[in-house]
Amino acid sequence: MNVVIVGSGRTGAFLAELLDRSGETVSIVDVERSAFKRLPSAFKGTPVLGDGTDMDILREAGIEKADAFLALTQGDNRNLMAAQIAKKIFGVKQAIAKVNDPIRAATYRGQGIHTFSRTTILGTLLNAVLTGDKLIGPNLMRVAMQHDEELSAALPDPDR
Amino acid sequence: MYFVVAGGGEVGYHLSKALLEAGHEVMIIERDRKRALWIEEQLGSVVINAPADEGRYQVQAGCQRADAVLAVTGDDEDNLIISQLAKLKCGANRVIARVNNPKNEIVFKAMGIDETLSSTRVLMGVIEQELPTGGFMPLMPLTGSHLELIEAEIAAGSPAAGKEVGALGLPEGAHVGGIVRKGAILHAHRDTRLEAGDRIIVFAPTAVEQQVREALFG
Repeated sequence: MNVVIVGSGRTGAFLAELLDRSGETVSIVDVERSAFKRLPSAFKGTPVLGDGTDMDILREAGIEKADAFLALTQGDNRNLMAAQIAKKIFGVKQAIAKVNDPIRAATYRGQGIHTFSRTTILGTLLNAVLTGDKLIGPNLMRVAMQHDEELSAALPDPDR
Repeated sequence: MYFVVAGGGEVGYHLSKALLEAGHEVMIIERDRKRALWIEEQLGSVVINAPADEGRYQVQAGCQRADAVLAVTGDDEDNLIISQLAKLKCGANRVIARVNNPKNEIVFKAMGIDETLSSTRVLMGVIEQELPTGGFMPLMPLTGSHLELIEAEIAAGSPAAGKEVGALGLPEGAHVGGIVRKGAILHAHRDTRLEAGDRIIVFAPTAVEQQVREALFG
C-alpha cells in the first residue's frame, strides 16, 4: 500500500513508523526539516520537505499513486484542506484528516472525508477505561501499549 | 446590503470600513481580542471576537441573512474552511474567498467555492502587462476542471516570436486556442507562425502554468 502522510509531528511520525515497519510504502511531508528527526534512523520511507496543501509538493510525495492519505498536522483547517485536495483533486480512495474540533469533524464526515478528533477518541477511550467498558477499553489499550513497547525496544540502548 | 466579514486583518478592516462608508451593514468576526477591540474603537459595534472557522459564530454574526460572507483572512486554509462552513452550516447566499496563493484558486473551485479573489494574481497581471517580455496573464480558472485560460502577448525578441505553434514546446495538455493578430482572430494550427505583437490564448492545466510561461518567454 502507498501511503502519503502530511505532518511529521508525534502522531504522523508514529504512524509512519508503524506503517513502514509493516512493509508499506510511506512518504511523509512537513514544512519543517527538523520534524523529520522524529522518524527512526531505520525509516525506509521518503521525507518530503514542503507545504502539504500545495499540489506540486503532494505530487512530489507520490499522491497520484497513493492508496491512502492522512493529514495529521496541528491545524484542523490545514488538514481538512489537504484531505479534500487528496480526495477531490487526486481521487485518493481513503483520505483521512485529524480534526480536533468535534463539530468540524462531524461536518466534514458528512462530506466524504474521514475525520478523526483526538478530543473525541481519547476522551471516549478514557471514559471506557474508567467505566470498565469490556469492549473498547481493554482491546485498544492492549494494542496501543504493545506499539509503545515495540517502538521503545527499537531504540538504541544508551547504556551500551 | 449586509456582509459578514471573516477576518479583521488589514484587508478585512479596510474592506469593512469601505463597505460601511458606502452605506452597507457589516459584521466582522475577528479571533484576536486586541485586534477586535481596536476595530471596535475605529468602526463601532461591528465586531464579534471569535474564531470565524466555527459555524456557531458565523450564525451569531447573522450569516443566514447576509447578502455575502467574505472570507478574507491571511491564511488560505482558514478561508477555505470558513467558506465551506458558510455554505454548509449557514446556507449563505453568496461566499467570496480571498486566495493568497494563486495556485489555490483551482483548489477552492474544486471544493465548491466559485468566487475567489487573489491579490497576488491581480498585481502580477498588472505588472507583467508592463514588462518588455510581453504580458502573461492567467485570465481565469475554468469551472469544473483543473484547467485555466491564459492570455500571453508575444513581444519582439521573445523566444516564441517567429516560431510555429507546434514548435513552442508547450507542456503536455496545454493548447493554443486562438491567436489575436491585428484585431482579428486566427485559428492556431501546428504550422501557424507566431509574430511579434500577437496575443495568444492558451488552455492549460493549472499545474503546468510555469512551464507554459517558460515555453513562451524562456
